[in-house]
Amino acid sequence: MQQDVPDGAGLGLVEPQYFHFDELRLESGAVLRPVTLCYETYGTLNHGNSNAILITHAFSGDAHAAGYHRGDRKPGWWDNMIGPGKAFDTNKYFVICSNVIGGCAGSTGPSSINPATGKRYALDFPLVSIADMVAAQQKLICHLGIEKLLCVAGGSMGGMQVLQWIKSFPNMLHAAIPMATCARHSPQQIAFNEVGRQAVMADLNWNHGDYYDKEPPARGLSVARMVGHITYMSDRSMAEKFGRKMKEKGDGTKFTPDFEVEGYLKYRGDSFVARFDANSYLYITKAMDLFDLAGEQPLHEVFRGIDVRLLVLSFKSDWLYPSYQSLEIVKACKFAGLECSYVEVESTWGHDAFLLETERSEKLIRHFLNSEMQNLVREKAGAE
Amino acid sequence: MNDHLNFRLDYRIITSLVSDKSTVLDLGCGDGTLMSLLAQEKQAKVQGVEIDEEMIYSCVARGLNVFLGDLDSGLEDYDDKTFDYVIMNQCLQQLKHPDAALSDALRVGKKVIVGFPNFAHISVRLQIFFQGRTPSTTALPYPWYETPNLHFVTIRDFIDYCRLRKVRIVQSYFTAGNRFIHLRPNLLAENAIMLLSRD
Repeated sequence: MQQDVPDGAGLGLVEPQYFHFDELRLESGAVLRPVTLCYETYGTLNHGNSNAILITHAFSGDAHAAGYHRGDRKPGWWDNMIGPGKAFDTNKYFVICSNVIGGCAGSTGPSSINPATGKRYALDFPLVSIADMVAAQQKLICHLGIEKLLCVAGGSMGGMQVLQWIKSFPNMLHAAIPMATCARHSPQQIAFNEVGRQAVMADLNWNHGDYYDKEPPARGLSVARMVGHITYMSDRSMAEKFGRKMKEKGDGTKFTPDFEVEGYLKYRGDSFVARFDANSYLYITKAMDLFDLAGEQPLHEVFRGIDVRLLVLSFKSDWLYPSYQSLEIVKACKFAGLECSYVEVESTWGHDAFLLETERSEKLIRHFLNSEMQNLVREKAGAE
Repeated sequence: MNDHLNFRLDYRIITSLVSDKSTVLDLGCGDGTLMSLLAQEKQAKVQGVEIDEEMIYSCVARGLNVFLGDLDSGLEDYDDKTFDYVIMNQCLQQLKHPDAALSDALRVGKKVIVGFPNFAHISVRLQIFFQGRTPSTTALPYPWYETPNLHFVTIRDFIDYCRLRKVRIVQSYFTAGNRFIHLRPNLLAENAIMLLSRD
């Protein structure tokens, strides 16, 4: 098996699985039916079903968090954190990751076939929320026979799902790790998302979402992704990565991507188009913008009476999800009396740090999960 | 369970001051040794605050809850009397605003335990008097150019301060190395540990 994958030390080959269920009543009142969730699992569920960890992915992520798909040269998006001996140690834990509904990587989304019409949903797809994504995940967890997760962990939009899990299903969690996230978007975060959406919709090929049999709005989606990538990096990480280096000698008059940073963004934009659906881009960014964990009430009221232990992580150079937003979560924990640890991790990577700054996060997460598992064993021993 | 005898005298004193199953906030908790001791010996529910990221790793490794934070602004999020005890061991002298921090600690904690090096210890006095140099002792080991200590306080200063701020000193312990000092503490003690209360 190992010769099939470039890196023999990790999980090796993995395969997506599919969970189908009849319907999901959405927050908006609409009903989505039927529903498919694409998911992957790594490691083995123990006898008590007590070692399960749910990983929630970020905006453009998918169920393929770790290991290799057959024929792929790159592993899953969080392979440096999930695997044998890694932070989410698959020798000890059973790790699950599923693609969100509204997405385009195997779960039901706007590019799926609408059974009512026999055509793709496009903009007939109902508005989905972060809470809806979590509600779908909860059905999967029950389907897998897990009554209580050891932990839910994720960064960015994955962190929003982590927070929503605490609110929606507090009795199904022992611990939670929200990383580089917030309880609601700031106007700045909404603004960047809106620029992305406008770029998609300004592309004539978008055609009000009806493009599945035609040319997709590739230029618009690519520009949207370019903006996104700027917000995921920091001034410093861009300077270190690209400087003012030129790709090729040009005098700028042809407006080709002369600088390396320009070429990089164009490359990231174009490769995104190949794997992501423009309508999913609209639906998911909207779900992020509309996410507001506490609404009118103070955040600590959401957490009151809940028994979940938190590890909140933010990253120093992350200006898209700045530390003050994590501190609001921490503050609510303090008021509500939740057990909580918080670290602003030293990093120059910007928002990307939650994926890249693995050495520091790895230590914290490994120890946190370890102590949580020990608590569990102790509680069990005490109860028997 | 005699492990605690191997711990620093100040940790042992502080542990003895904390009642069973109480809630404790340890400000400047370092690597979490004291918090572990309190959790094990007293089944205390402990929360730490620490500014050094490396120290936090150690706390998390011990299974402790800890916030990365600045002690000068760490308490404003807590309601009054959230904790049975707030511990400020060996950190008072390093705060920018010890007066504000102490009064906040006395607000969020029913009781406060402070531990600080005594700047009037005889070796300090002798070094200043005979050598004319900034003193360097076991309790105050740093040279002037890299000391984290911003304030120098003596036991007598602190007793005056408590009188001024109407803080009751419930119990006090004075130590030098691994010994208790009972006589003339302001001259002979290197460290003081006091249990304080507003009531």
